[in-house]
Order: sequence, then C-alpha cells, then structure tokens
Amino acid sequence: MAGHQTYEEQKALVFRGLMILGVITVVEVLVALLAKGHLVHGIRFTEGFGHYLYMLLMVGFSLYKAYFIVFYFMHMAYEVRGLVMSVLLPTLLLVWAIIAFFQEGDSWGKRRELIRKKNEEVVKPAPSKPQGMYRLPGAKYYSTTKG
Amino acid sequence: MADTSVAHAHETDALHQDNGSAWEGAKEPFKASYGKLMMWYFLLSDAFTFAGFLIAYGALRFSTPTWPEADFVFSSFPFVEGHLPLIFVTIMTFVLIFSSVTMVRAVQEGHRENKNGVVFWMFLTILGGITFLGCQAYEWTTLIAKEHMTLSENPFSRHIADGVYLNPDGSEMRTPDGKLKTFAKGDNYLLHKHNGKFEIPLVKYTTGEYAGQVMEAGLGPKAFGALFFFITGFHGFHVFSGVVFLTIIMINAASGLYVARRNGYEMVEKIGLYWHFVDLVWVFVFLVFYLL
Repeated sequence: MAGHQTYEEQKALVFRGLMILGVITVVEVLVALLAKGHLVHGIRFTEGFGHYLYMLLMVGFSLYKAYFIVFYFMHMAYEVRGLVMSVLLPTLLLVWAIIAFFQEGDSWGKRRELIRKKNEEVVKPAPSKPQGMYRLPGAKYYSTTKG
Repeated sequence: MADTSVAHAHETDALHQDNGSAWEGAKEPFKASYGKLMMWYFLLSDAFTFAGFLIAYGALRFSTPTWPEADFVFSSFPFVEGHLPLIFVTIMTFVLIFSSVTMVRAVQEGHRENKNGVVFWMFLTILGGITFLGCQAYEWTTLIAKEHMTLSENPFSRHIADGVYLNPDGSEMRTPDGKLKTFAKGDNYLLHKHNGKFEIPLVKYTTGEYAGQVMEAGLGPKAFGALFFFITGFHGFHVFSGVVFLTIIMINAASGLYVARRNGYEMVEKIGLYWHFVDLVWVFVFLVFYLL
C-alpha cells in the first residue's frame, strides 16, 4: 500500500493536496461571488451562456477535487484495477439518474400551471345509466323459492 | 493446532495460490483486506444515498419557478452584522479540508508503526470534526431561530418579475424621499416574523405573465427548508459518527491495541477512508447548495 513512496514523498503529497484543495476552493468561491455580482459592480453571470459556463466550471472544479480526494487521500490510485473498477463503475449509474430526474423536474415545472388547474377543476359526475335488472337474451332464470 | 495454522497462514499464502484453491482462505480479493474492501463498498452505497438526496434537490429546484439564492441565504457570520455571502461556509470547507489532511498524516504514521504520531494526528482530525459540527450548529441556529426557516416554511424567495411594493391599502409604496419602492426580477427577499406570523407584503408586478396583478410576495419554495435540513443534517450526522469512531480508534491506538496487531494500523486506515468520504460528500453538498 503506497509502499513505493518514501516518507518524504508521502509528506510532500499531503502538502500538495492541501494546496490543491485549498486553492480550488478559494477560486470556486471567488468565481461564485463574481458570477453573482458581489465582486465587480455591474458584472454578473446569472443568465444565459455565462451562467451555463459558470455552472460547468463549478462542476468541473468539484469533480477534480473529488478525483484528488479519492485517488490520493483515499489511495485509490494504488489499488488494483479490479477494486478501482468495482467501486467507480457503479457510480456511472448516477449519470442516468441525474439526466432522468432533472428532466422530470423540468417537465413538472413547465406543467405547473396545468397541474394547478387540474387540481382545482371541479368534475361533474357523468349522468349515469338508469339502474335496474337487465336480462341477457336467452338466459334462463330459476326461482330458488318453491311456491 | 489452530493457532499454528493462523501463524503460518501468511507464509503459505503463495502455496495456496499455486494450488488454486480459493476455499482455504488467506486469499485476499483485490489484494485488499476484508475490512478495507467492505469499507469501500459501504462508502459506495452511502454515495448513492447522498446522490439520491442531492438529485432530489436538483429535480425540485428545476420544477420551481424561483429558488432562493445561496449567497443571499447563507450570508451571516458570527459576531458580524450585515451580509458576508458564502464566507462562513468557505471557512467550514477549509476546516474539513484541514481535518482530511491531518487524517492522511495519521494513516501515514500508522504505516510506520509510529503510535504517538497516529494519536497526535488523529487528535487534530477529531478537533477539526468538532469545529465543523460547531460551525454547522451556528448555521442551523441562525436559520431556525433568527430567520425562522423550518422543515415546511421557507422565508427566503426571489421575485418572479419586475414590480413595485404596495401599502396595505393598495397604494404604491414610496421611500421617504418620494421614490417608488420597486424591485427587479430575481431580487432576493426574506420575510420576517412578527408576533408569530410572517409579514407578507403586497406587490404589483409590471412585467411577466402576472403583469398588472396585485399579489402577495409569499413564502419561498416549501421544499428548500426540508432539503437543507435533511441533506446538511445527514452529512452532519456522518461527521458526528465519524468523530465518535475516530475517538474510539484514537483511544485504542493510544492503548497499544494496534501495535499488537502488526498490520500497519489498518483500523486507522479504514476510519481514514470513511473520514475522507465525509469530506468528499461535502465537496458536492458545497457545490449544490452554496455554489450553483
């Protein structure tokens, strides 16, 4: 387990990890404050293309932080391939979950007005057919009581 | 008899592999011990639980016309009045990063069989965990006691269109120097409680599909409070149980229990995996709740 690294190299990795995670976090927060218009007056990326770019950047930074933690702090980089695959591959299912559920949420949002109308709709019951006995043609009926 | 076979299990490991007999034990799949492997699979399943929560957050957010903005909601800081958007939560993130780094050091000292090193770095890790929990307690207290957010009532929202605030009698509200009190689409607002009831202002929108109508600028999306308390609470519970386990393992390490095991303090390595996972989850909670 990480046996090929010297003690000095291991300590250097820890310092590098601290720097990478810290710097990315600071950059993330600065970009977030800039994008939401807190840093420079008049500049904000809250709509349209700029907003998508901002979100993509944030997700990218976070995924890199996650990669670094899993591969170096949790030593996934030094595990055998089978272990790596059996842990990482199942998480790909989440790609489907994200696409499916966000699309569902979006469609729910678009139909909100319709859902509200349908909820408030008062449905009059359809006029029902007169109740009564119907005799099927050719059916025989026997009296169960003897006269 | 049983004792000698255990003692020789490691030496005869190569022999077993030659025989190809997987049923005699002492063969580790993926060259990882049982405990470590199972910790990985537990963390994988836990990742799915958190992902489920965060995806539910995303789906509900997509389904709502407005959503509170993080830099407005999370802008309080202990002993400081006014808005400091995202600063406190950044400090919380750094606390977790630091405690993750000290955990790595503890695991490394464990590999060198350095008992004092393990105990020292684990102690710092535990301090980090407790600090994080304290920060979270402050954050929750502010939201619950000061801003009156509950599981079902969310006082934070944003205007869905441009408009103007109205007086209770229906006339347009003006500032003391005679200007109309207007707001723009997307502006954040926080409703305040007065005598146990939220004061809900009347507004008239000037743009959008409700233009010209008088409406109430009411409570924000209801799910926000529940999602916030459940997701950060679930993460905080992980931090709390992590602190408990770290403490137990630190005491065990200090007592010399793992010295006797001669396996490079594997228990420290396992709790290390868990602790890094807690940091990993925070990366995504931070992303979803505070950055996006």
